[in-house]
Amino acid sequence: MGNSEKNTDRGKALELLYQMLLIRRFEEKSAEMYTKTNIRGFLHLYIGEEAVAVGVMQALTDDDYVLATYREHGHALARGMDPGAIMAEMYGKQEGCSRGRGGSMHLFEGKKLYGGNAIVAGHLSMAVGMALASKKQKKNNLACCFFGEGAAAEGEFHEAMNLAALWQAPVLFVCENNFYAMGTALQYTHSETHLEKKGAAYGIETMAVDGMDVLAVGQAAKEAVEKIRTTGKPFFLVCNTYRFRAHSMFDAELYRDKSEVEEWKKRDPIPRLRDFLMEKKLITEQDVQELEKKVEAEVQKAVDFAEAGTWEPIEELTKFVYSE
Amino acid sequence: MADNKTIKITYREALKQAIREALLGDERVFLMGEDVGRYGGAFAVSKGLLQEFGPDRIMDVPLSESGFTGAGIGAALAGMRPIVEVMTVNFSLLAMDQIVNNAATLLHMSGGQLNVPVVIRMGCGIGRQLAAQHSHSWEPLYAHIPGLIVLSVGTHEDARGMLLSALKSPDPVVIFEYTYMLNMEAEIPAGAGAVDISKAKVRREGKDISIITYGAGVYKSLEAATELAASGIEAEVVDLRVLRPLDETTFLASVGKTHRALVVEEAWRSVGLAAEVSARITEKAFYELDAPVQRLCGVEVPIPYPKHLEDASVPQRGDIVRAVKKMIKP
Ligand SMILES: Cc1ncc(C[n+]2csc(CCOP(=O)(O)OP(=O)(O)O)c2C)c(N)n1
Repeated sequence: MGNSEKNTDRGKALELLYQMLLIRRFEEKSAEMYTKTNIRGFLHLYIGEEAVAVGVMQALTDDDYVLATYREHGHALARGMDPGAIMAEMYGKQEGCSRGRGGSMHLFEGKKLYGGNAIVAGHLSMAVGMALASKKQKKNNLACCFFGEGAAAEGEFHEAMNLAALWQAPVLFVCENNFYAMGTALQYTHSETHLEKKGAAYGIETMAVDGMDVLAVGQAAKEAVEKIRTTGKPFFLVCNTYRFRAHSMFDAELYRDKSEVEEWKKRDPIPRLRDFLMEKKLITEQDVQELEKKVEAEVQKAVDFAEAGTWEPIEELTKFVYSE
Repeated sequence: MADNKTIKITYREALKQAIREALLGDERVFLMGEDVGRYGGAFAVSKGLLQEFGPDRIMDVPLSESGFTGAGIGAALAGMRPIVEVMTVNFSLLAMDQIVNNAATLLHMSGGQLNVPVVIRMGCGIGRQLAAQHSHSWEPLYAHIPGLIVLSVGTHEDARGMLLSALKSPDPVVIFEYTYMLNMEAEIPAGAGAVDISKAKVRREGKDISIITYGAGVYKSLEAATELAASGIEAEVVDLRVLRPLDETTFLASVGKTHRALVVEEAWRSVGLAAEVSARITEKAFYELDAPVQRLCGVEVPIPYPKHLEDASVPQRGDIVRAVKKMIKP
């Protein structure tokens, strides 16, 4: 663990644990609901990577813009979106956060989350544009975009990095390096596997951090955000992490050994934080049990909300193509 | 008489056997695309091929559609016969500059000196609840481009054969494969292989109306025709197959016989292939018509996620049946 934990107080510690647990249990429930065919289409789970979204969001304010990928349930929850509205969205109900039109890959909510973007790397230049707008409007907010290491091979990544640096736009680029783009491992997709080195080519400051350690991620994000706010320049933060589950529900995982997954599970960010906090006597076993209960109730409430949701009438099919 | 033994095969297996045959038959052929190797293909089409042919011929590439498609075009220019797999049409816009501005133009711009014998395959289609960014029917976008040959794999026979013929083409070929059909089984001739890629094909004969379609519309229209036959309507089903250059002879002949035409496609209605087919019928077979040409196309909306809305966005068998009945008994 980094130096940051010294300052970790009990309230904040419980909040971090709570958020990660909520994401974990929410997604386990989503997988169950997928098997029951209540959720369809693609479902990409974030399980194993929770520390990244939770850690980074700590450093952001409500005014910052957040853009994520199709693997964004964790980001939506960590951003404070209502679990019921997210679950209803995944059911396709009109009470969902995108009125059911988007599903799992396209969670949107007002100023909290600008998607849910499912074309890999497609949202990075949008983040640059949003940051540019803030700069032009002399606002102090930044744009934060999350993406995988697979996305960092796309031309769009390089174009977005160059533009952000060129225009000195306040963008926090967060690469969630989970070492696989679908089934293709990092060493088969990048000539330089130390991704943080890519920042230098654009004159962008970078940092790599253990993405399985929520306190370390939080600390790194805090430093990055402070830099961005004081200099107005972009920052590239690489969080090394791991996805415990398949890429999506269609993936047979032929490309990696079970033993590798098991090895990474030993670094599971949730027990890791829990054990650390218990060791430091910041929390007790009873706290953990209460958190589990609270989370379970919330996930159940989300499912109930989704179940009770309604289908948008077919007559409304062509709504939202143009503004009314 | 030719041997008319048939085999039962899935659409996926038919595609795979075609790739395998191509790799075995010509050492210049190689497959490149995202997750074609270690993952086994995003849709398991190339599963096992890496083990059989090795990483030089089954190349996993990084997420970089423009980059690897351009590299495929380059390799084709320099004597290889690459099969570029763009995982799905949805991501092909990132490669579109390479396809449209390079592959499709080099022969012409070089005054006939350069050939680009590249084959670009992409999955496509609607019906798996993948929402707006993953449910595109962009056959018409590619069919718009002179210099490209655009094929639509609407049947198992074509899944088994089109790739092999495409690899013989000196010019760039874009092949659309329909992912929701991958698990569908059908009978094809045991010795099936390369097919003609210049002509449309009448998949069912009929005298009352021509249903002109392609891709995902083919089986849906054939099912509709079966249903219509029960009510005494004999519909002819024309599978366009080759979306560019369009074989108008076949569908004009069909309309000359049936005097009615319904064009069915999943792509959005405005400026689509149905519009083109309809225009050609109007230009060249107007006096054959007993009724105005009708189009049944995708509703002009980004495809929504929920099943009931997704289904309502594209023509279904029942819609085809209703449209035909309306045209025949006004
Ligand atoms: C432009 C584009 N190409 C391909 C895909 C298909 N696809 C979806 S996710 C994915 C892997 C992305 O990997 P990475 O960026 O590392 O993120 P991760 O899924 O690991 O979180 C691929 C190939 C896509 N959605 N968009």
